[in-house]
Amino acid sequence: MIGNTCLMMSRIIWRNRYIILRRTVQIGLLVLFGGANWWGWKFLMGNYSSAYVFETFYLADPHAVLQTFAAGFVMSTDAIVGGIIVLLFYALIAGRSFCSWVCPVNMITDLATYLRKKWKITSKENFFSISRKTRYWVLGLGIVLSPIVGVAAFEIINPITLLHRGIIFGFGMGWAVIIALFLFDLLVVEYGWCGHLCPLGAFYSATSRFALIKVKHDVNKCSMCMKCFGVCHEEQVLHIVGKHSGFIKNECSNCGRCIEVCEDNALKFSIYNTKI
Amino acid sequence: MADTQNMNSRRDALKTMFRGAGLLGLGGAAWGSAAIRLKASELTLRPPAAIKEELFVKACIRCGTCVEACPYDTLQLATLDDHTAMGTPFFKPRLIPCYMCTDVPCVPVCPSGALDLKNIAKQIDGVQTEKPDINKAKMGVAMLDQEACLAYWGIQCDACYRACPLLGEAITLEFKRNERTGKHAFLKPVVHRDVCTGCGLCEHACVTEKAAIFVLPRTVATGRVGAHYIKGWDEADEERLKNMKEAQTKKSSPEDELNDWEYLLDDE
Repeated sequence: MIGNTCLMMSRIIWRNRYIILRRTVQIGLLVLFGGANWWGWKFLMGNYSSAYVFETFYLADPHAVLQTFAAGFVMSTDAIVGGIIVLLFYALIAGRSFCSWVCPVNMITDLATYLRKKWKITSKENFFSISRKTRYWVLGLGIVLSPIVGVAAFEIINPITLLHRGIIFGFGMGWAVIIALFLFDLLVVEYGWCGHLCPLGAFYSATSRFALIKVKHDVNKCSMCMKCFGVCHEEQVLHIVGKHSGFIKNECSNCGRCIEVCEDNALKFSIYNTKI
Repeated sequence: MADTQNMNSRRDALKTMFRGAGLLGLGGAAWGSAAIRLKASELTLRPPAAIKEELFVKACIRCGTCVEACPYDTLQLATLDDHTAMGTPFFKPRLIPCYMCTDVPCVPVCPSGALDLKNIAKQIDGVQTEKPDINKAKMGVAMLDQEACLAYWGIQCDACYRACPLLGEAITLEFKRNERTGKHAFLKPVVHRDVCTGCGLCEHACVTEKAAIFVLPRTVATGRVGAHYIKGWDEADEERLKNMKEAQTKKSSPEDELNDWEYLLDDE
């Protein structure tokens, strides 16, 4: 009896292994950042815009550094080097994993999506729809606007960093923006913010084309159950599923949800352009 | 038939293009004007060694490392309702002033260059060093509302004078006979703007209900005479006249005429 329960528990954990890991990383990072502000820890000071790691080096949001550059200010070497480290990490190794493994907005939009599905708020009525390509226009517009308005255009309205800062330094009225974002995802467009509008997601999608860690599909094992389509936040990246083997590219955020639901072992994390 | 279809699809394509361009323009205009509104922060007091406001809102990466480095919780990051660029650091001296730490922990941790140690670099024998000198900070300047100041009423109060970390330099007391009573003295505090750091300890200490002495950013609180006025009674200032080649109403080369903090001001 107990053995059975254990087996079931371990099965549930296994079936949700990536989501558990992702939440651990997301919340763990928040605790480290929060600890720096609340209790004076020195592991990770700052927030996701720029972090001071072990009081030795800096990490920075490359998108913010880029906008600032466009606005006409060259940041100090600390921030530029920090931005390059982060950019290279995602571009060469981790892909767009910032979005599903680090960004706390992901937890909000995941909750919205979960409730949307649970309460069957489908987008069939389709009273409002936006293209998934919109985010690239938002990305470009932000860079173009920065020199015109004389400030990093997206950073000044950025709900992602607003949430980071809110959790670590206090919200003020900022929570209203987060509620708006949640309601948008819940009631208006499925995966509305992360999957359609967010320029940071677009930035990492555009730069991580050749990242090493990617999900690999083996068509020979696929039974076309379509479960992966049901959970994927960026369905368009799964276009090869059931058609031919290969790597999942472009906007895939390496969340691993498709791997968890696949009962045929037709999807797994792999190294890009290798046979592993 | 095929031709009309082509025409239609071309027309559709054009329509889509114009619609897209319209949306882009609309989005850009709305976003741009919001951004311009949101970056307005004229009345904000920044941490020590901040570069001038217009550049500061560009440069600051909004990470809050300076806020965490501040041991007195003076600095805070602006939220949506703080009337300044969201996520940038500022302080309200009436709540918590800047206690002017001699090691200035908030400045060296800044990764972006928004806080620049050069602005408060210690000078030893006229040579700039890497060390900070908090007395050179120019976060703002203390303004005094004489009507609300008890000392100007004739009641003895030197709270701001005593609180000032540059006691006797940034705020001095001016002694005047109180004609009303005939036997008392006014001890009137006077702020010297070239020395004042804008730390706000005076504002914090002020005993009136709403502070009679308060810190404002230098861009807001200072005037400038202009280079065409010369102090005839000041030999050093007279020298300027000799160096001037022709009548100029515009400032010629501002650099050497500016006080060391005037890099903070907008120069038009």
